[in-house]
Amino acid sequence: MPVESVYPALEPLLPRVRKPIQYVGGEVGSVVKDWEGADVRWALCYPDAYEVGLPNQGVQILYEVLNERDGVLAERTYTVWPDLEALMREHGVPQFTVDAHRPVSAFDVLGVSFATEMAYTNLLTVLDLACIPLFSSERTVAHPLVIAGGHAAFNPEPIADFLDAVVLGDGEQAVLAITDLIRDWKGAGQPGGRDGLLLRLARVAYVPRFYDVSYYSDGRISNVTPNRQGVPPSVSKHTVTDLDAWPYPRRPIVPVAETVHERYSVEIFRGCTRGCRFCQAGMITRPVRERSITTIGSMVAGGITASGFDEVGLLSLSSADHSEINEIAVDLADCYQGTNVGLSLPSTRVDAFNVTLANELSRNGRRSGLTFAPEGGSERMRKVINKVVTEEDLLRTVTTAYASGWRQVKLYFMCGLPTETDADVLAVAQLARRVIAAGREASGRRDIRCTVSIGGFVPKPHTPFQWAAQCAPEVVDARLRALGGALRADRAYGKAIGFRYHDGQPGLIEGLLSRGDRRVGRVILAAWRDGARFDGWSEYFSFGRWVRCAESALATEPVDLAWYTTRERDYSEVLPWDHLDAGLDRDWLWQDWQDSIAPEGAGEVEDCRWTPCYECGVCSAMGTEIQVGPTGERLDGKRLLPVVGART
Amino acid sequence: MSEPEGRGKHSVARPDPKDPKTAQLPAVQHLVVRYAKRGKMRFASHRDVARVFERGVRRAGLPIAYSAGFTPHPRISYAGGAPTGVASEAEYLTLALTSREAAAQVRERLNATLPDGIDVIAVMDKGGLGGDLPPGEDWQRPDALEASRWRVVLPGVEPAAAERAVAGFLALSEAPVERLTDKGVRRLDARAAVVTLDVLGPADPDDGLRGVVTGVQDCAILRMVVLHAAPAVRPDDVLTSLRERHGLVPSSPPITTRLAQGSLALLAGTSVL
Repeated sequence: MPVESVYPALEPLLPRVRKPIQYVGGEVGSVVKDWEGADVRWALCYPDAYEVGLPNQGVQILYEVLNERDGVLAERTYTVWPDLEALMREHGVPQFTVDAHRPVSAFDVLGVSFATEMAYTNLLTVLDLACIPLFSSERTVAHPLVIAGGHAAFNPEPIADFLDAVVLGDGEQAVLAITDLIRDWKGAGQPGGRDGLLLRLARVAYVPRFYDVSYYSDGRISNVTPNRQGVPPSVSKHTVTDLDAWPYPRRPIVPVAETVHERYSVEIFRGCTRGCRFCQAGMITRPVRERSITTIGSMVAGGITASGFDEVGLLSLSSADHSEINEIAVDLADCYQGTNVGLSLPSTRVDAFNVTLANELSRNGRRSGLTFAPEGGSERMRKVINKVVTEEDLLRTVTTAYASGWRQVKLYFMCGLPTETDADVLAVAQLARRVIAAGREASGRRDIRCTVSIGGFVPKPHTPFQWAAQCAPEVVDARLRALGGALRADRAYGKAIGFRYHDGQPGLIEGLLSRGDRRVGRVILAAWRDGARFDGWSEYFSFGRWVRCAESALATEPVDLAWYTTRERDYSEVLPWDHLDAGLDRDWLWQDWQDSIAPEGAGEVEDCRWTPCYECGVCSAMGTEIQVGPTGERLDGKRLLPVVGART
Repeated sequence: MSEPEGRGKHSVARPDPKDPKTAQLPAVQHLVVRYAKRGKMRFASHRDVARVFERGVRRAGLPIAYSAGFTPHPRISYAGGAPTGVASEAEYLTLALTSREAAAQVRERLNATLPDGIDVIAVMDKGGLGGDLPPGEDWQRPDALEASRWRVVLPGVEPAAAERAVAGFLALSEAPVERLTDKGVRRLDARAAVVTLDVLGPADPDDGLRGVVTGVQDCAILRMVVLHAAPAVRPDDVLTSLRERHGLVPSSPPITTRLAQGSLALLAGTSVL
């Protein structure tokens, strides 16, 4: 059946919307394959604006992995801004892909990547504009399968009713396995209809409707049980065990429009075992799997050539921990010395070695800003979250930075962590003052700056803090106000210290969506019907709307917004995501939670990269093991890296 | 939120212009590029187009010169671009290169890597600094880009109705219109900048191309030469006047294309649809 492009209907609307270029596709690196030549077709969705969604690594990787296969086609779709949404509704233009402007409803699969829970209402916009029934139970064989992935999908329960299936963990191999299942099912004449396909899918993915959730009268979950034969009681995450075999993205998509990241990013390893107790990414992506220095080198060379970007980001959850990070930094800096290609590192742990590393990457460079994430303001707080950095460490690190010529240091913190008091947050002000004092002394200059950036902590599933009570937004806001006041009141240092913060209210809704169960789906639907769009954007987010919708949608339930967020859970409570297996041993997580709040002071967990395994459970449950170097290889700049835009 | 969007979390470093080790190579050649903005790419803004060329010259491996300063930029100078949503067959920019390249090859290398719709039409060697091009080909000469010739397709408009509106417009001594800009409402005289304006008639030799060029059969096609005045008057402003004063309302947004830019003398030559 031929599928017509919706572009002729879309084009007359584009002169009437902001930034129309984001809707037309045609980017370098994008692919349009023949529709009839493919037997399995994916629409990959990042449910936020194009400018945020385009640079997303996950979508770009899967797009390339799928399009490299014969007989498989993948196109991209993003959430349209409300100005275009209104026009599309008025003129009957359906949700489209930007690659060939095909209607999303014509695809076999709509794969949606959730980096954040705040995009849940955007999922409903996409489904509705695509003319796909919002509820999985109302869809037929004529509709695409709606499959979610990404970090937020590790607790998909709040959107379970809107999804057909959920992939936990790494997507590279999972999308190919799903592709094969769909091809076989279609080839066999769609046996069993949509349920038949979902039953097959239940072997590699979580199919929410094949599980029943029952509740106690007080609102807690009593159990989650499969309701079909052959459906496993729990579903495990997928783990790619050889990153060198999956060197994507190789041909990054180069946007014409402005986007939030304008660089070619290479993931230098996946997973993190630092054990920061607040960090969901560090818990669900275990174990650590390094990409080798030689693969990184060839990806950088190829990616820069294919994209024309002038900046390379070395991505991971803790980039300085790569076993050969020093060699990577030195060799890449050698290769790109005398070019206008910049190298960048994500924010790093507080560690003097990271300054050395940044110095290397910025060799001959102007050292503008260096970013560290101590996360907790006081030493006590940092022990609670297992980010053990003494104030001495921190001052030594920033002193090294200022002395090496860096003018500005940015420090990231969280507010509202378990056991936190006002004093822990005010300690940030004291710390910032000492940073400036030490920096002025070390650099001999007065124009150095320190920027404090702080946001509210949201407890996340599959972390030791999954049982914690979230701090109320009023408390977060009061502490942030007090901190801001303390920083501004300081005459000697105040002007050298910048202060950026995020209000507590959006965090409470993020908390509801993060640790919610299936009943929260009603709240999401009510908020969306009430107009909720782009909730991750402060100009669109309405706390009042969410509070109102939570009240009305949960009116007949024994639970409410506070029950989901500011309530501490106990060991015996069934958590909505307990049947979804990230490999972490539940008892280990509980013990770590208990250790963090122990009255005698928090216990420390070391990193299994360098110390014996501490039995978090992932490797034994998933049959994986950590993969770290060193390989002993080095990069040969002349051979690997073409030099464009050479300088003297 | 624990990980707010848009946290500037990357530590980036750039070359230091004060450091002699990192000084930029001088430019030895300037190439004037005439390019088109077609099809879907007409929705690119001039900042979008600049991004496309900066990355395009790097992908093409051209020895582009960089500016000095804290954030070195590829040395590409742009003539005022057609507005977002407006197509063009006559946009101009100049590339500064640190070693000499053959103009024809540069055209090929760029077209091999630029996205479809940003198409290089011609590359002309301006030589070194102070080099010379024939009048009309060097947009950077004073008065070189005095005016533009535009084609405007008005879907759903009867050519006869367009004729009447155009006659009414041309008879005006001034045609004040308002345009909403980022800086608020601007008042302009649309009539003063219009040198010529007519409607493509059925007897016009170009008329057979109507469907081919526009993709729309049921339409009127305007042609106009508009001076690059300050404040700038765009074909859009002329259309505003035609709509407000003469009731000319297309059934869907007009499709405007810049066909040529140059001196008035040059644009007075024969028109191509």
